[in-house]
Amino acid sequence: MPALVMEGVRKTYRSGDDEVVALDRADLEVGDDEMVTLLGPSGSGKTTLLSIAGGLLSPTEGRVVVGDQEISNLQPRQLTAFRQREVGFVFQSVNLVPFLTARENLTVVGELAGRPRRDILERADRLLEELGLAGRARNLAGQLSGGERQRVAIGRALMNEPKLVLVDEPTSALDTKLGEAVMELLREEITGRGVAAVVVTHDTRITSYSDRTVEIVDGRLRA
Amino acid sequence: MRLALLELLRRPGRFAVAGGALTLLVVLLLLLGGLLDGLYFGSTGALRAQDGDVVVYSASSRESFLRSRIDPDLRATVDEVDGVAATGGLGLALLGAERDGEDDGDTIDVAVIGYELAPRGVPDPPPPGTGWADRRLADDGVEQGDVLLVGPADAPVEVAGFVDDTSYLLQGALWVEPGTWRAIQTSARPDAAVTEGVFQALVVQADPEADLDARALAAAIDEATDGVTKSLTKAEAVLSLPGTRQQNSVFSALIWVAVFVVALVSALFFALVTLERTTLYATLKALGAPSSRLVFGVVVQAALVALGAVVLGGLLTMALGQVIPDTIPVQFEPSRVATSTALVVLASTVGGLLSLRRIIRIDPATAIS
Repeated sequence: MPALVMEGVRKTYRSGDDEVVALDRADLEVGDDEMVTLLGPSGSGKTTLLSIAGGLLSPTEGRVVVGDQEISNLQPRQLTAFRQREVGFVFQSVNLVPFLTARENLTVVGELAGRPRRDILERADRLLEELGLAGRARNLAGQLSGGERQRVAIGRALMNEPKLVLVDEPTSALDTKLGEAVMELLREEITGRGVAAVVVTHDTRITSYSDRTVEIVDGRLRA
Repeated sequence: MRLALLELLRRPGRFAVAGGALTLLVVLLLLLGGLLDGLYFGSTGALRAQDGDVVVYSASSRESFLRSRIDPDLRATVDEVDGVAATGGLGLALLGAERDGEDDGDTIDVAVIGYELAPRGVPDPPPPGTGWADRRLADDGVEQGDVLLVGPADAPVEVAGFVDDTSYLLQGALWVEPGTWRAIQTSARPDAAVTEGVFQALVVQADPEADLDARALAAAIDEATDGVTKSLTKAEAVLSLPGTRQQNSVFSALIWVAVFVVALVSALFFALVTLERTTLYATLKALGAPSSRLVFGVVVQAALVALGAVVLGGLLTMALGQVIPDTIPVQFEPSRVATSTALVVLASTVGGLLSLRRIIRIDPATAIS
């Protein structure tokens, strides 16, 4: 079963009397262990696509299925519940909660999903171990290096064992060497777990790390 | 809620400004309440202590002891009213006194009160020439056995013992039998002399078997006297004492303004904090945190910051209470402190809740790009 299916997805906004098309009849399928890069310039609609796939925005038209759940017509409250369990996010600026430790940044996501406390702690410790952060588990976010924060963010995205991880511009603020390191980390930590990933970027240097690259220009996808 | 608590614990400095402002407001609230209670209790003790339901003045007196006169005929009329179980005469004179044998020249303000029905906490009327002194007089250096020379005629009254919370208009009461009061009143104010059997007011005890509340009994008394009397329930009589109602109104207004400022400080602080946390809240929402959970966190923080301010403000006020001169009537009543605490926490919580709309409107999609 594909991790993500988007069929004829369209997103428009009103700007005065005009209609602005952010995403124009996008069709996309991502396999359950596939890593897809969505490549496009600023304003091409890639963030809109990512937001719709992650249940942050609802499409104006079309159908979106994540795993076995269609989310196109869910109400905001249902989308909140969907995001708790079915998708993981790695944000561009990492966005860890600054007053929480590395471990707590993971466990808070488990708590939001309402998982049993014991499961949450076991899962968080296992992920931190796998990400090489066991020794930094009790450090606050501000005490971690940039690379460590990226790894915590990846752990947080994987915490609730989602079917799909959505990664927003992971290398935008990084130099080439660090950008490659982050993409290697993403590749290493996400694939092989039976988790699909969509990586949104405008950086052509990182497309080689994914299984497939899809271009997006002016709201239209081009395989 | 755990997030909110962890932020409070790990970033206390972030809440220092709001906590400091609320602490000062708590001190202000407690001092205002203390002053209100100090003035109220210090002014009204003699009437609050009365063991009766209704206080009867003459109608022309405008509820002033000084102007009021109840003669024996009028009293007999009141005694006959259905629902009246007993009446006791009451007379009062505000005078200066000096301790006999002390030549320090210090004059002590006393309220000489002649009475028949023993108020709560006051024994039956003492022998002529002696009196029960309010504890406030002990603060002025008066001791049991002292002879006070009262009024311009230096009428001697020996202090037989002390009673609590019976002062009148911030003057310590000296409770005497009616004859002693009449003698002192007449010698001090020949123009307002009182003859045998005359009092300034009556304290009326209602018959518990008569199905009349105090207000109805007061109305029945005034009707029976054809309007020659003006009868008040004890609560009304307390509030009709000079300045009492005005003091209560002014201090209550100041207290409510301070409570409003607490809510305002909390609202402004958490509005700013919410602005700062826009990205954090968007991220948490994107990760699946419902808005209600984030709002609850703010409410918990607002309540806990207020509670911390109450504790600190309470300690500061206690310290201040030690250095406030005795001449300033401050009295910290547990019920007032409890009410102030509840009001501060409630106002701060309501202030925090004003960020509700702002938090709800944060779009989780803004967490991306």
